[in-house]
Amino acid sequence: MQTEFTEDQEQFREVVARFLQDKSTPLSVREMMASEAGYDKDVWRQLCEEVGVAGTHIPEAFGGFGFGSIELGVVAEEMGKHLYCGPFFSSSVMAAYALLNIANDSSKVKLLPDIAVGKTLATLVLDSLNSPEAVGRQLVVANNSLSGTAAMVLDAHVADLFVIVARAETGLGLYTIHAGAEGVSVDLLETIDQTRKVSRVSFKNATVERIGHVNSESLDRTWDHICVVLAHEMIGGAQHLLETTIDYTKLRYQFGRPIGSFQGLKHRCADLLMEVEIAKAATHHAARCLDAGEGEAYAASMAKALAADTYMKAAREAIQLRGGIGFTWEEDTQLWFKRAKSSEVLMGTPAIHRERMISMMEQQS
Amino acid sequence: MSTDTKSLTSNEAIRAELESWLDENWSPDRSLLAWRDILVDGGWAATGWPLEYYGRGFDRGQVALVHEIFREKGAVGAASVGPRRLASETILAMGNDDQKRRYLRPILTGEHAWCQLFSEPGSGSDLAGLSTKAELIDGKWVINGQKVWNTSAHHADFGILVARTNWDIPKHQGISYFLIDMRQPGVEVRPLKQMNGHASFNEVFMTDAIVPAEDLVGGEGNGWAVATTTLSYERRGAAPTLSGASTSENPQEGLVYDEYREELKIANEPYTWYPQRQGRVDLVMSRAKETGAISDPVIRQEMAKLFCMSKGAVLASQAAEAKRKSGSNEIVPAGSIGKLAASVIARQSAHVHTMISGADAMLSGPTSAEEGMVAEVLISVPAISIAGGTDEIQRNIISERVLGMPKEQRSDTGPFRDIKRNT
Repeated sequence: MQTEFTEDQEQFREVVARFLQDKSTPLSVREMMASEAGYDKDVWRQLCEEVGVAGTHIPEAFGGFGFGSIELGVVAEEMGKHLYCGPFFSSSVMAAYALLNIANDSSKVKLLPDIAVGKTLATLVLDSLNSPEAVGRQLVVANNSLSGTAAMVLDAHVADLFVIVARAETGLGLYTIHAGAEGVSVDLLETIDQTRKVSRVSFKNATVERIGHVNSESLDRTWDHICVVLAHEMIGGAQHLLETTIDYTKLRYQFGRPIGSFQGLKHRCADLLMEVEIAKAATHHAARCLDAGEGEAYAASMAKALAADTYMKAAREAIQLRGGIGFTWEEDTQLWFKRAKSSEVLMGTPAIHRERMISMMEQQS
Repeated sequence: MSTDTKSLTSNEAIRAELESWLDENWSPDRSLLAWRDILVDGGWAATGWPLEYYGRGFDRGQVALVHEIFREKGAVGAASVGPRRLASETILAMGNDDQKRRYLRPILTGEHAWCQLFSEPGSGSDLAGLSTKAELIDGKWVINGQKVWNTSAHHADFGILVARTNWDIPKHQGISYFLIDMRQPGVEVRPLKQMNGHASFNEVFMTDAIVPAEDLVGGEGNGWAVATTTLSYERRGAAPTLSGASTSENPQEGLVYDEYREELKIANEPYTWYPQRQGRVDLVMSRAKETGAISDPVIRQEMAKLFCMSKGAVLASQAAEAKRKSGSNEIVPAGSIGKLAASVIARQSAHVHTMISGADAMLSGPTSAEEGMVAEVLISVPAISIAGGTDEIQRNIISERVLGMPKEQRSDTGPFRDIKRNT
């Protein structure tokens, strides 16, 4: 397995980074947070047309570029750094991975090409965002008629297509329904992290199309794919916080010297660097495991747990080391803090993933 | 010069030459010293060294090949364990021809064991604040002072020593580097027992100990630069410049093996508890299963945190190594980060072992968990964050050299004589 990025991958990172530096500034992030849609349609269109992010990992047969988890991770890492607000994670990552891992071929052919170019905004409707084992308790299908509530769905308020995991008599299945269909209601919820819009989605005898059978392997695999992308987003955010915090400690003077010259702060920054480097290595490793098809579930849970704890630690330290200014609305650190919190719990808390790691190890040894 | 042409030697040619040389010369029935004399004369004792000094100027890959052939043949290589390597590499890099001629050969043959005389009770992290005194009297250096943490000093023939030769200039500039004969009346070695009961180190007291003028390395006042060379070898670990076979893989019969095993036993004795100070993560899962602790959800969480850190640290060091190889400009502080991570891992492992043991963690000795290994973990882990540079020093290095944070304000820049220090 490779242990470093190729030149092409580094160049791709450059392209994504340059775009986001320009289009996803803290100022524009704040605008998106306050807007109802939560994203800038023009920027999303450019991201899809000029950079091609939405189809990075989707095979060419389904209209994408056919790259792997490593390249998709590169996109997510840069998005995490720049706190990009848009339907990338809900549509290109969550919904597309569910389709790729679970849907039948004809549905892939039908649905993925429009998702791969960002024309269709899809979202994955799960009735639990905590663990795959808890999925399928609220959403129930009988005779292609879906009822029940998914308490939290990302970007449902702007999605065109819902990709749903629900329980039928024959077991879990994957279903689709178009937004605005009869029997579907979407309520935008108030959230801590306003860069990620979340809605409650309720179905009442809504007519859905069944596009695949879900077993525990395919759902776990989807979950792993999503978690590894999320981990990349988190290490990007943690890296950003580390860098901006170090910069701040060099500029801020107290007691006649930069506060970054005090060991009390330097040592905390050194510890944070260590944790960030380890979380980054574990996350990059997880992407490689997914692409190589080796030990991916364990690596995914390890990456999610490490990245989540590290991002939260970076966020706490970023505020603490700034002192009072760090706790203000005006200072941008709070935006990353809130994203760290929503990422920490989305798709399983670190504790859930650690438990999953030990279960896997226990069975192996 | 000759080094370059030697580097061009193909692997096939090296293999052919060495194999036929070993077929002709290697015999397990000689004494260890007799064999190593032949080895040094044949030019196979330190193939990474230059031609003028027992070597062949081989690169790392070629030296590794030589090792491999020695292993295949079950042949014993040059003496290489313990602090002698620090001495030979430093002498090779910074010593004069006379010193190289006198000292290198007996290091390779194992005739001379060495120790390192750097740290002092009054200067640990601040090595350059050392206060062992060296005075030139009647053409000889007279040494007075105390050193500490001297691995293998109790059976060393010589020591690499840093001492202060000038007290009136800034501290780094007044240090000189010496090669000292340990077998003299002015040198007293006392074992230093650690909190885990082992005595891997010594204290060395020097009272009017004598160093001949010709055993000053690098010139008076240049000791800090020479010491830095030693420390960089120490941090880099064992660079494969010497060839050698491991008898543990070749439990064969013969006088040379008997003597070699004895040499290794003495040289490795100080390090038997080193795996325990790293926490013995390898024992965690099997112990958790055996004791039933595996069913405790709290312990499972702590175990997973441990495995995340230990696997993550390995991955981070691989990533750093890959970056270093690719010639990236990014500063990759692999060593310091790895060292901090090792401390976190060792402490977490001790914590998990304690949770698994419960009250049994009070016990030690051969009848306790893992034949006493768990107890040894619990009382050895505090060493990991101190040995080889405390974690606090590592954090200074990371924050200043990697993160570019401002240096701490210094209060030790003037003449050494005026600096406040331990008395």
